[in-house]
Amino acid sequence: MDWLSNFVLLLPKGAIAAAELGLMYQATFFMLIVAVPVLAITFFFAWHYRASNTKAAYTPDWEHSKLEELIWWAIPLEIVLIVGALTWTSTHELDPRRPLDSALGKPLVVQVVALDSKWLFIYPEQKIATVNYVAIPAGKPVQFEVTADAPMNSFWIPALGGQIYAMTGMVNELHLIATNPGKFDGKSANYSGDGFAKMKFIAEAKTQEDFDAWVRSTRALTSELSQPEYVRLKEADTPEPLMYGEVDQYLFNDIVMKFMDSTEMNGRQHE
Amino acid sequence: MLGKLTLDAFIHGPIETGAQVIVVLAALGIIGLLTYFKLWKWLYKNWLTTVDHKKIGIMYIILAAVMLARGAMDAFMMRAQQAIAVGGNPGYLDPAHYSQIFTAHGVIMIFFVAMPFMFGLLNLMVPLQIGTRDVAFPFLNSMSFWLTVVGAMLINASLVIGEFAGTGWLAYPPLSELQFSPGVGVDYYIWALQIAGVGTLVSGINFLVTILKMRAPGMKLMYIPIFTWTALASMVLVIFAFPILTVTLGLLGLDRIFGMHFFTTDLGGSAMMYINLIWAWGHPEVYILMLPAFGIFSEIVPVFAQKRLFGYVSMVVATALIMVFSFVVWVHHFFTMGAGANVNAFFGIMTMVIAIPTGVKVFNWLFTMFRGRIIFKTPMLWFMGFITTFVLGGMTGVLMSVPGIDFQLHNSLFLVAHFHNMIIGGVLFGFFAGLVYWFPKIFGYTLNEKVGKWAFWCWLVGFLLAFIPLYALGLMGATRRVNVVEPQFHPLFIVAAIGACVIAVAVFLQVLQVVVSFVQRKKNLDTTGDPWNGRTLEWATSSPPPMYNFAHIPQVMGRDAFWLMKNSSAAIPTEGALRAARLSLTPSLGHSSFTDIHLPKNTPMGLIIAVCAGLFGFGMVWHIWWLALLGAVASILFVFIRAFDEDIEYTLTASEVAKIEHA
Repeated sequence: MDWLSNFVLLLPKGAIAAAELGLMYQATFFMLIVAVPVLAITFFFAWHYRASNTKAAYTPDWEHSKLEELIWWAIPLEIVLIVGALTWTSTHELDPRRPLDSALGKPLVVQVVALDSKWLFIYPEQKIATVNYVAIPAGKPVQFEVTADAPMNSFWIPALGGQIYAMTGMVNELHLIATNPGKFDGKSANYSGDGFAKMKFIAEAKTQEDFDAWVRSTRALTSELSQPEYVRLKEADTPEPLMYGEVDQYLFNDIVMKFMDSTEMNGRQHE
Repeated sequence: MLGKLTLDAFIHGPIETGAQVIVVLAALGIIGLLTYFKLWKWLYKNWLTTVDHKKIGIMYIILAAVMLARGAMDAFMMRAQQAIAVGGNPGYLDPAHYSQIFTAHGVIMIFFVAMPFMFGLLNLMVPLQIGTRDVAFPFLNSMSFWLTVVGAMLINASLVIGEFAGTGWLAYPPLSELQFSPGVGVDYYIWALQIAGVGTLVSGINFLVTILKMRAPGMKLMYIPIFTWTALASMVLVIFAFPILTVTLGLLGLDRIFGMHFFTTDLGGSAMMYINLIWAWGHPEVYILMLPAFGIFSEIVPVFAQKRLFGYVSMVVATALIMVFSFVVWVHHFFTMGAGANVNAFFGIMTMVIAIPTGVKVFNWLFTMFRGRIIFKTPMLWFMGFITTFVLGGMTGVLMSVPGIDFQLHNSLFLVAHFHNMIIGGVLFGFFAGLVYWFPKIFGYTLNEKVGKWAFWCWLVGFLLAFIPLYALGLMGATRRVNVVEPQFHPLFIVAAIGACVIAVAVFLQVLQVVVSFVQRKKNLDTTGDPWNGRTLEWATSSPPPMYNFAHIPQVMGRDAFWLMKNSSAAIPTEGALRAARLSLTPSLGHSSFTDIHLPKNTPMGLIIAVCAGLFGFGMVWHIWWLALLGAVASILFVFIRAFDEDIEYTLTASEVAKIEHA
């Protein structure tokens, strides 16, 4: 059924999402080892020891058994030991700021700014910028550097992997990779005000050639994301994707640094 | 003169105006009815000024029921919006209004439904279970209750005057700062919770002292009924956690009123500090609600399985461990904030560790059923519903405690499904079970079983229909707090809306259950004081108990104190035998030797102080400084006046006691 393809978390399109899904399956499996018997025993006991079944054993004063209680404590402890070990290793492996396998090449850096009701993406090496649309090369690691110039949001591309908060005055890193070309929904997962429902974007993975061609065609655009244009963009209502062929190279740094001081937009002093 | 309060504060869109009209009409209706039936004096004498823990308990539960209606209304509005706002249709709620509704829903359900419901049950049962005549500080108990009411009223006032916060129920900054929320909504939020929070903290101290100092003679710590144990643990959490909430909201208030920069984006403010602090309160809060629900089931299962509770010591240890661990897991609410892997892994594993004592509790309940004789009355049905949903909710909880998994599920509808699973399937089912179980003790007649069972099944089916789709939606990557729905999510939102309707039917049936039971009360009178063949001391007095609870303070000989008095015969004792047991609770004293009983006098001071606090809060919300100052000074003044009042007790003479006992 086509509708089932909407379960994006269960149909990962990148290595991180796949690892996170695998972890989900593993943890679920270990918990089912306890949960299924517990539910089965619950309903069996409820049925077997019903008051009308006078043939069942009845020990009204039996209240304690060292061995059995030891078992109760031991069973969940075992499961927690297993899942806990899994947690320790997986949390380090899936640390959002951990770079992906360098054998896949140097990561593409994309700077992400959560603005009021829109997402801004800056490609510092390609010197281009986009709004509500982010293109990445498939099969190549991407290093998202996430900040905000708005209330806190959470940057999330479910098909590629888990999210990270976008907060003012600081940069959070998130490393993701798309296995194959394709279009994926991106969104904010943390409520950030009236424009929250509009904080959606398309993440498109392209082949390296297509990506390079896209960068070239974007570079050819005359629009520039300068400081004044940024100030305008920040206030604008822009549901449709936008592209900029040029970007102020200090802009991202300024956005991050401006919260460090009391006056607006003086981050350049900190260079 | 009136600060920020202008006529504009009363002017809203059509839907808000509807809510305004409903609130005003409801208030006028209540005032009208009270006047028409000339009930003001009765209300004042018996309820508004009472310091009797049983009456305060009943009022807490009425408050919870009223606020449940309000919170449920918010839920239905959200479900309706998400069922129609698809494919370009904006629905009937714009983002600003929608955000106020989901914020109000969360705040009301936690602070003004679950908390009052819990304190209601604690008030009703803890003094009875430990065999005492009242709480340690009866006047403070009344004050706590009225402070909670005033908090609830402030939130409802925001429907009529001004607006409510549109920030989500924990009001994360910087969104909740003046820069992004310039209206009075967040101020209503802050001051409603501050005032109610003082009430909660005072109640916490009150019950802690009550349980530690006022137990009947012979009741050692390890003889305390499990419900009271969980209440004790919950109160310890209140005492340690609520000051954190007070400070956090206080700092946010300083930011908003005096332009300080604790959590603003600039000048060194850090929203991350707020998020840490609020969850350092917020996670223990979950267990403040959850532990008493566990306690209720630990009372119900042995009674209806007609068998001693299995593993009492394990239960107490598990409760204590949950209490301690609940303070070291708060980071699991924001693994995605960017903490390092070591920090995230630590808090993830600590979260799982809580599953161990919780699992032990489940096993102990199961092995209380093992070789028992289980009677499936409604409280036991609630337990079965609880255990089924709780296993599911526990599993999804452990899933999200693994940071790597949480990155994908955080802030999705999967998370929303999980915490509703715990709060409805765990806390609410537990409180409902407790209400049905203790209803005859409180009102003197049992609730209608048939309607009660219908209500249970509707709740269970409604819950599953309303929240299983949300788990699925989470796996589709659907986030919470969105007022318009993407087309692929729509079918499941429709199912969830149907589930909400089934829950509405369930709530209606619960109201019907109370009405039907009241009409048939002659048939269901609890003449023995012990309708379920109970085990703990609350069943050792009449139903409803006299104002002094126990004519003779019982002598406790062991766990299941009342069961021991009944000599643990399997048959249900006759009324005569019970009355004899009751009168001989203190074996040395004969039938006729009642003694004088000292009881606290009614006082309107709790109500007066709370109303002054309410004026203070309203003044702070609207920057009406003279009103705020007046309210603050007046409430402190009345506290002093009360503190120097020496005439706070009266004596019920032995002959009056005898008259009541032999009635």
